[in-house]
Amino acid sequence: MQKLVDIVAGVTNGSLKASAVVEEHLARIVARESEIHAFNLVTADQARTDAAKVDEDVKAGKKVGALAGVPIALKDNMCTRGVETTCSSKILQGWKPPYDATVVTKLRAAGAVIMGKTNLDEFAMGSSTENSAFGPTKNPHDVSRVPGGSSGGSAAAVSAGFAAASLGSDTGGSIRQPAALCGVVGVKPTYGVVSRYGLVAFASSLDQIGPFTSDVRDAATLLEVISGHDPMDSTSIPQPAPSLVSVLDHGVAGMRIGRVTDLPEGCEPDVLARLEAAFDALRSAGAIIVDIKLPSIQYCLTAYYLIAPAEASSNLARYDGVRYGNRVDAADLNSMYAATREAGFGEEVKRRIMLGTYALSAGYYDAYYGKALKVRRLISDDFAHAYEKTDVILTPTSPSVAFKFGSKTDNPLAMYLCDVFTIPTNLAGHPAMSVPFGTGADSMPVGVQVLATTLGEQAMFKVAAELERSL
Amino acid sequence: MSEVAALPNGWQLIVGLEVHVELATKTKMFSASANRFGDEPNTNIDPVTLGLPGALPVLNQHAIELAIRIGLALNCKVQPCTFHRKNYFYPDLPKAYQITQYDHPLNIDGHLMLPGDVRIGIERAHLEEDTGKSTHFGGSSGRIHGSDYSLIDFNRAGVPLVEIVSRPDIRTSEQARQYVGELRSILLAVGASDAKMEEGSMRCDVNVSVHKLGTPFGTRCEIKNVNSIRSVGRAIDYEARRQVDVIEGGGTIRQETRHWDDATGRTETLRTKEDADDYRYFLEPDLVPLVPDQSWIDAVRAALPVLPAARRQALAELCGVDKDGESAFVVVERGQDDYVSAVVAAGGDPRRAVVYVQQAFAEQSATPKVPAKDLAALTILERDAKVTSTQAKTLLTDLIEAGGGDVSAMATKRGFEALDKSAVEAMVDAAIAAEPGAWQKYCNGEEKALGALVGAVMKSSKGKADGKVITALLQAKRT
Amino acid sequence: MAEKISKETVVKVSRLARLSLTTEETERMTAQLAGMLEHFRDIDALDLASVEPMTQPYPLKNVLRKDVELPSLDRDEVLDQAPAAESGRFRVPPTIGFDV
Repeated sequence: MQKLVDIVAGVTNGSLKASAVVEEHLARIVARESEIHAFNLVTADQARTDAAKVDEDVKAGKKVGALAGVPIALKDNMCTRGVETTCSSKILQGWKPPYDATVVTKLRAAGAVIMGKTNLDEFAMGSSTENSAFGPTKNPHDVSRVPGGSSGGSAAAVSAGFAAASLGSDTGGSIRQPAALCGVVGVKPTYGVVSRYGLVAFASSLDQIGPFTSDVRDAATLLEVISGHDPMDSTSIPQPAPSLVSVLDHGVAGMRIGRVTDLPEGCEPDVLARLEAAFDALRSAGAIIVDIKLPSIQYCLTAYYLIAPAEASSNLARYDGVRYGNRVDAADLNSMYAATREAGFGEEVKRRIMLGTYALSAGYYDAYYGKALKVRRLISDDFAHAYEKTDVILTPTSPSVAFKFGSKTDNPLAMYLCDVFTIPTNLAGHPAMSVPFGTGADSMPVGVQVLATTLGEQAMFKVAAELERSL
Repeated sequence: MSEVAALPNGWQLIVGLEVHVELATKTKMFSASANRFGDEPNTNIDPVTLGLPGALPVLNQHAIELAIRIGLALNCKVQPCTFHRKNYFYPDLPKAYQITQYDHPLNIDGHLMLPGDVRIGIERAHLEEDTGKSTHFGGSSGRIHGSDYSLIDFNRAGVPLVEIVSRPDIRTSEQARQYVGELRSILLAVGASDAKMEEGSMRCDVNVSVHKLGTPFGTRCEIKNVNSIRSVGRAIDYEARRQVDVIEGGGTIRQETRHWDDATGRTETLRTKEDADDYRYFLEPDLVPLVPDQSWIDAVRAALPVLPAARRQALAELCGVDKDGESAFVVVERGQDDYVSAVVAAGGDPRRAVVYVQQAFAEQSATPKVPAKDLAALTILERDAKVTSTQAKTLLTDLIEAGGGDVSAMATKRGFEALDKSAVEAMVDAAIAAEPGAWQKYCNGEEKALGALVGAVMKSSKGKADGKVITALLQAKRT
Repeated sequence: MAEKISKETVVKVSRLARLSLTTEETERMTAQLAGMLEHFRDIDALDLASVEPMTQPYPLKNVLRKDVELPSLDRDEVLDQAPAAESGRFRVPPTIGFDV
């Protein structure tokens, strides 16, 4: 598969036609999309038009952007003007936003070619894409298995070669877990590094957009383009995008790599073995392995599954059948609301709305939501102490390789446990990324997760690049 | 203070007011679409205003500045603050939550002074966003209950609001009216709002309860839809009597929201506390704290104009009138107090200057067309009895119509040549001689008899003698 | 933490959230929520009295925008996406039962 950086180089110097690149990817979509179902919508015509424009610009000697001609897929929870944006929910099916998300504007300005909108667990709630109202996405490595979630479509699209890169969103692991399960690189940046403007909110204090790519250099390149301050997002960090590509070859000699000695249990042995291999590889490259403790990490699921649903219950209240999306008609307003929301939302979304509404309601706020915010502080403090001793932390991304469809759908808590290693980063607001690092059971991909502190993307990428080189 | 004995049997009225004010910004509280009244429906909308998926709020700096102006003008402490989401479903609330301030509002602990040095505490003045506007169609009443459908316009959604919450320090409907009037003057003076109650840019919710002195406050009812200062007084008077009647009739007051109907002059139940939504307030994760630094607060304070109360005080001192009196209020309300000062500075008679302006300059702006020196000249003509007060009024009209001019020439043109004092005195003597009976009664202390004597002099002078001068001469001769 | 969640509470919460759950859904939801809340009792063991709640992942303050107007969205484009519209406005069924 072509790397993003090679496409940009080729298109920019004229040795490669953006149109040809797009056709290659469209051909792969034609060949396998019916089997994989990575996309809710493939915007083939627009992609061809955009690619042709890039080729014209190159031919005319105009300066082209940092992603010239790169076919990119977008998780279907990022607003695209005039192009259906559904969040894989019936309630938004058919909705054409009147505006572009900031990341979409940045991608277009950089010359990227948008291939379509990818499938997800409805409103990004889930870890397998089985919660999509439009049917699940299959794992390209084994179509009897889930691709992970919630950004399963974006992970599968890169894994299957439908796009050179894609964007996902990560609230509790929704980029990193599917990246691990599909054998691609997935990055959740520091909260505030990438604008959330135009990302349909799940849990506002946790959501972050990030890239999926087939290697670390591509991820660094794409992240540089989409990050940076956005005045439309009050939580956007007012700093220029970090330089990442420049540090990839720096190596890890002398860097401190944290090993969590009180890691939550329940991880597959094959996955733990790959983690050990990763520590070995980094040690061989001159890094120092440091033992650290994160005692509050065991409470992260509780904190997350109170905070995220609470915010979601408020964020999803706007789907009321009044201004956009679908309505179920009824004789009076409150009946219309209830019928619309009952019919429009899937089971997992309803479950989280219920949980979140309960956690915020009078008499329960202090016992649930209020307490969860305090636990969030404890987890953040744990990380702060750990990062006094180490530069990055290494953990598994997911406790298991990709699992079979239906194996966790009856038990919400079992599904929630998929995110046990990824959730702490979101609660702390830190960056983390998953790097493919060999295979585990049934030759399915295993990802190793590199965590860093706030704005620690450079250290994180140095280590990720080293892991990739060691393979 | 005038304690209107509105309530019988020792009942005491307790009133607190929540006043919502739309801020005079160009754009909305959290987004860049226009804050403009009266535009075509849904033409001032953007992703934030409509609560579109993915839209995010960003605070309007000017709205914050106007809110700080309000806080400082109301003697509040301006403090670090945060924003919360108040969650409830309603079609004119696009996100199904209102962004408002909850446990850490921008302005707290202020006060406002009413006539008679009555101090009304201000609990808080916090920022929030307005809702859209629903119009109800069909059905018989045109009211919300029984309508067939509603149409929603989101132009107003997201317009910046400051909600000013008084403490329950108000004891009469008169005070409540004064409070709203004074608040409105302050808002206009600091340029925070156009404060038009008829357009809804200033809206009052009134909390009313009654109790007997020495006992705890009673259960309060909140009255909505009170859309004029006059209605504030009427609604409170009605509601207080209703509550007293209920209690004296053996009933109890339920905590509820009531609707004021201006046409019938009554309040009626809108919803009771049992229907109240659980708003599930929590910190708005899409916004960050607002911590106005001292230099910003100081700069806003330094730029504040002199407030109406201080201007009335200054005018009262300059002109020798009551600071809580009608003329000081009216002149300051119109912003014509600087003009009065200019008239005085031009040598005008201060008391006459303020009264002339109060009575004759209602149609004029804060800077009337009549040059201050011309009005000053008129006050002097009258003071020196060169013209009568009736003549002075005529000349004032002439002066306003002409937009100024030489008042002496105008007086001459009108034939208002002054009668000198000796001529008037001769006429007074003649009148005494002609009306000996009246004169005798007047000397015996019958003040009513004065009228006949003055009338006789006025008649003989063909109205050119000043009534005040005549009276003074008669009084002098009596003693 | 609180007592086990009851079906009545689930019904009340569903009303707050404007979800008209079926009887069967209510039963299932009650059981599932009870199971989750049971799991979430783990944090009851923590002494959180002196812990400040964490509400912001990154410490920013005073993020402000200049009061400068930008063009409105196109009304027709927006209303075209609405479930029901009339006379340039969004149309909704009448309010019955409670209102503002």
